[in-house]
Amino acid sequence: MRLKGKTIVGPATFKGGIHPNDMKAATCKRPIVDLPASKEMVYPLQQSLGVPAVPCVEVGDRVLMGQKIAEAGGFVSAHIHSAVSGTVTGIEPRMTVSGIKMNSIIIENDELDELCDDIKPLDWKKLSPKEIVDAVREAGVVGLGGATFPTHIKLSPPEGKKIEYLIINGAECEPYLTSDHRAMLETPEEIIEGMKIMLKVFGLKVAYIGIEINKPDAIKKIAEFAEKEKDVTIKVVKLKTKYPQGSEKHLIKAVTGKEVQSGKLPVDAGAVVDNIDTCAAIGRVFLYGAPLLKRIVTVSGDCIQTPSNFRVRIGTNVQDVIEHCGGFIKPAAKVIIGGPMMGVAISDVDIPIIKGSAGILGFSADMVAKKKVQNCLRCGKCVEGCPMNLLPNALKDAVIKEDFDKLNKLGLMDCIQCGSCTYVCPAEQTPLQYIRTGKAKLMKARQEAKK
Amino acid sequence: MATQNVNEMLIVTEAPHTRGKNTTSGIMLDVIIALIPALIAGIVVFGFRSLTLAVVCMVSAVLFEWAWCKILKKPSTVGDFSAALTGLLLALNLPVTMPYWMAVCGSLFAIIVVKQFFGGIGHNFMNPALAARAFLLTSWAQAMTTWAVPFSKTSIFSGADAVTSATPLGMIKEGMTDSLPSYMDLFLGNIGGCVGEVSAVAILIGAAYLLARRVISIRIPGAYILTVAVLAFIFGGKDGLFTGDALYHVLSGGLLLGAFFMATDYVTTPYTKKGQIIFGVGCGVLTAVIRIYGGYPEGVSYSILLMNVVSPLIERYTVPQKYGMVKVEKGGAN
Repeated sequence: MRLKGKTIVGPATFKGGIHPNDMKAATCKRPIVDLPASKEMVYPLQQSLGVPAVPCVEVGDRVLMGQKIAEAGGFVSAHIHSAVSGTVTGIEPRMTVSGIKMNSIIIENDELDELCDDIKPLDWKKLSPKEIVDAVREAGVVGLGGATFPTHIKLSPPEGKKIEYLIINGAECEPYLTSDHRAMLETPEEIIEGMKIMLKVFGLKVAYIGIEINKPDAIKKIAEFAEKEKDVTIKVVKLKTKYPQGSEKHLIKAVTGKEVQSGKLPVDAGAVVDNIDTCAAIGRVFLYGAPLLKRIVTVSGDCIQTPSNFRVRIGTNVQDVIEHCGGFIKPAAKVIIGGPMMGVAISDVDIPIIKGSAGILGFSADMVAKKKVQNCLRCGKCVEGCPMNLLPNALKDAVIKEDFDKLNKLGLMDCIQCGSCTYVCPAEQTPLQYIRTGKAKLMKARQEAKK
Repeated sequence: MATQNVNEMLIVTEAPHTRGKNTTSGIMLDVIIALIPALIAGIVVFGFRSLTLAVVCMVSAVLFEWAWCKILKKPSTVGDFSAALTGLLLALNLPVTMPYWMAVCGSLFAIIVVKQFFGGIGHNFMNPALAARAFLLTSWAQAMTTWAVPFSKTSIFSGADAVTSATPLGMIKEGMTDSLPSYMDLFLGNIGGCVGEVSAVAILIGAAYLLARRVISIRIPGAYILTVAVLAFIFGGKDGLFTGDALYHVLSGGLLLGAFFMATDYVTTPYTKKGQIIFGVGCGVLTAVIRIYGGYPEGVSYSILLMNVVSPLIERYTVPQKYGMVKVEKGGAN
């Protein structure tokens, strides 16, 4: 019932969650700036969930901007394209965000930006849903919120599953990050186009876009553009500002009131959720014929001289991006790719921006000081904060005891690893760390049981 | 800055990389701050000895904690202020005339026996201050039930020569209902009783602070007080059912202090929301039963202690329903 009404509805929310300081003021007013590519562009072959891509160029080849350089290695995989023109100088292991070396295609940028012939606008209105999905697959689009799930799979629901809700995720609940916020303000037409294309694929007439109320200007802007649409209805759902509102399951709960059943996928609840930047990327595939070559990256944190939003070509060196912000004004103790709640701390800044890199944060030593772990007070703040209604402290105890029956009963595998429990703990305990360990142990135990 | 230099300094840890502002010591300090109005009320009503008693309890509790950690070569936990809080709570639960050495025995019992024997902060299964109060009550019943008359002068050094009175609940128990203090006396603290429990208004100011700071939620104290009020109204009257004076029961004795400051102790109460309601109702039922039918005039401390013991059981049966466990509606997808 909550979705009847005018263009803007809500505010909606979910149970649990936390209220971290959003720290978005540093960058939310900073327009997206196009960043020049690095001299040497690096493309790790694993840039999406699933199996790595397979190179389709050889060392010494000249490649053009927008040219496919690696083919999807399977169904759950995505093509990779070169964001510059230049020469392939190597296919070799390079350091990546995950802290391990991974086979990567190295391209020497000739700075000519010579476009590949394939890049031309497509009229999606004349294409069948299947042709649209194929074009998205060809463009190598993946979920740009961070999970990097190949988008063409989301657009092809399994036989027999009916999609009822198309939800675009503009919650952007991670502190510091403002790339989705800026995209909504600056390129609303690309986002709306993307939504219309997806509506056609699913044969739907209504799409929802969820935006947290800490972005009133984005809500207004998207609603303005949504009202211009005559053939389809686009509803802006205001969301209460709360972490992790941008989690797929919690966005679905807030918008539809439905829960995705434990162990099932959103598609089982009849919902498809796509991130803002992903949606805009789909729009660009047809508006300009552009494969996924760029993404928006927020660079922020107390070490960064000029916190900024950049449109970065995939393959660009992280170090170069940081230098474009004026570099570090004080020694960085931690550099994070992504947001502070779920991002990955890196050991080496000489890595490339990949499809899933939503942000670069530089934190000084005062921000990451390790505090002494104290005894659990049983205050229940982790229980109250858990968006999945789990008992993080009890899970932690069960992991230590390796009590797998209890872990199953407590719903270990339901944990979405949002980190709310660790964030709120007054005793500096790290329940999530134990939960991750527990998941690995449980998987191993299950595999051994199968043998 | 060269790449090499940057990398040498980088710390790699798991997410999340940011933490909330809550700390154990901050929480304990908040509760201590919230108890200051009750302590001031105690000083105003019973004189300066209230303060010296509080100082004796707090200092001794901290010293015992420090000594225990020292002897066992464990890192000191004095800095989390939980021992200081236990000492203060103990003092507020004693009559102002309590000999200092007995109070020190109470601190010893609270910190060493109830808290440290079971593993220190977070591991005790009973509220240390309340357990110490129960211990003192069984050991020195006379001293624990000697109530100074409000605004009579109690010597700082020896409390023995104070003029004694009775608590309102004691009067009800004895049937002395003609000379009962007025609601206003109960509200402001012009009554006999423990140092911290006499002034309802002072306790409520502290409680409001804790609620505003989100240190406690209203679930336990709300359920507790409401249950006592309802049961007192139904069963507490002399002229049959539904004639009891609910407000009188709520304002008198240790109910408000216990409900807001002791029944909300994180360590010894359930952390599930439903469990907290059950805990509060359980405390309320026990308190009402002891007050109305029991041998003691007051039952707040024993009620909370008994409910402390069943907390793990309550927790086990009040596990919240996980996200994604609801049945899918008919006719919907899937």
